Amino acid sequence: MDVGIVGYGSYIPVYRIKVEAIAKVWGQDAETMRKGLKVDEKSVPAPDEDTATIAVEASRNAMLRARINPKRIGAVYVGSESHPYAVKPTATILAEALEATPNLTAADFEFACKAGTASMQAIFGLVKAEMIEYGVAVGSDTSQGAPGGALEYTAAAGGASFIIGKANLIAKLNGTRSFTTDTPDFWRRERQAYPRHGGRFTGEPAYFKHILTASKNMMNGLGLEPKDINYFVPHQPNGKFPRQAAKKLGFTEDQLLQGLLSPQIGNTYSGASPLGLTAVLDIAKPDEKILLTSYGSGAGSDSFVFTVTDKILEVQGLAPKTSDYINKKKYVDYGTYAKYRGKINLADE
Amino acid sequence: MTEVPRFWREIPQRYNLIGNKCRKCDWINFPPRSICKKCNDHDFERFDLKGEGKIITYTIIRAAPLGFEDLVPYAIAIIRLDDGPRITAQIVDCDSSEVDIGKRVKVCFRKIAEDGKAGAISYGYKFKLV
Repeated sequence: MDVGIVGYGSYIPVYRIKVEAIAKVWGQDAETMRKGLKVDEKSVPAPDEDTATIAVEASRNAMLRARINPKRIGAVYVGSESHPYAVKPTATILAEALEATPNLTAADFEFACKAGTASMQAIFGLVKAEMIEYGVAVGSDTSQGAPGGALEYTAAAGGASFIIGKANLIAKLNGTRSFTTDTPDFWRRERQAYPRHGGRFTGEPAYFKHILTASKNMMNGLGLEPKDINYFVPHQPNGKFPRQAAKKLGFTEDQLLQGLLSPQIGNTYSGASPLGLTAVLDIAKPDEKILLTSYGSGAGSDSFVFTVTDKILEVQGLAPKTSDYINKKKYVDYGTYAKYRGKINLADE
Repeated sequence: MTEVPRFWREIPQRYNLIGNKCRKCDWINFPPRSICKKCNDHDFERFDLKGEGKIITYTIIRAAPLGFEDLVPYAIAIIRLDDGPRITAQIVDCDSSEVDIGKRVKVCFRKIAEDGKAGAISYGYKFKLV
């Protein structure tokens, strides 16, 4: 029995801050930061946006494309590292907003930047096992970067949602593989506002080892080579790492660029590679193959291969495209950004 | 302090703009009512508002109530929905100078209020310019 994606949707907040605006405040050279990270600007959530509101907006777009009765949804999973509550699920808010309640299961996932693909994998399993008819898997984040730190240039907000099922597929799942180790490259302790990372340690033994191994295992498992893949969508913590990973795997820039959004919106964490997948699905043609490989610090990668079906052409125009959200933007200065992100300590706090 | 039970009861209307329609006179009530505003009848059916309409008047809030101080200046508008009812809501994702009578708006899902850093978060509808 085939399983796959029935509907997809994305959401990116309208506000942006440029690398120059951040560098100016902290006395750093904007050009050096921009060239080093290959990121020009990042998305900023409005003060009334959080992981739940982004998950709802992305999932409503996914439902417009899936065209199913929400009561047929059997599971709602939301992956994020910035759930609004420490205890109280984001997934119940989303399930209620989709009117999928009450006869379903719902839960929140957390695995740094790969919580979204972890939720996708779990939903694929439930559908494949015929325990549910449809499931919703979301990667959504309003990520945190400490003021003045390297992560502040990239920690962004956005999300993607996928309605997963076994009928009327727009992209068939050919397979999924994961690669997981205990690698402390990035973490945020309980009650800490900002994460910490291991500097250069986040590169070779962390991002590259996991992304490259999971991607190779996935392609080898299906007997595929890079030339058989139309689009490669890796996790994108910046604009530099994905390019290096693609090159090492033997992919060209043409195979990478459609799904590479981080230069324009930053790192949307759990939303990052899922949002890249939505940007590819927006323009994909029937029979094209997509390799998606997430990365979550801590550390692990989930890899998926999808084959696009001819039904994709019916749904691409039913909801806003990811490029619509990328292109609609309003710039804020650092002061406004700091206020929106709660970085200013008020007198009564 | 946010009234958790009241917000919980109002989730259908706040999340999904679910009103009711009088079976006797076809009047659409939002929020849903137990007695029809138009004919005083009690017989209703569910009515899902589509969430699009236009601004019929608005004001810019510069001295905000408790809990909304960080948002100033922000626009609160009375919107005539295409389905008929009028609704009062915040207009988001724009400068207050962009808000004007007659402009088209569309519903979006946002955080409405939170009971401090430790309290419950309330979600619901706001609107953005189309």
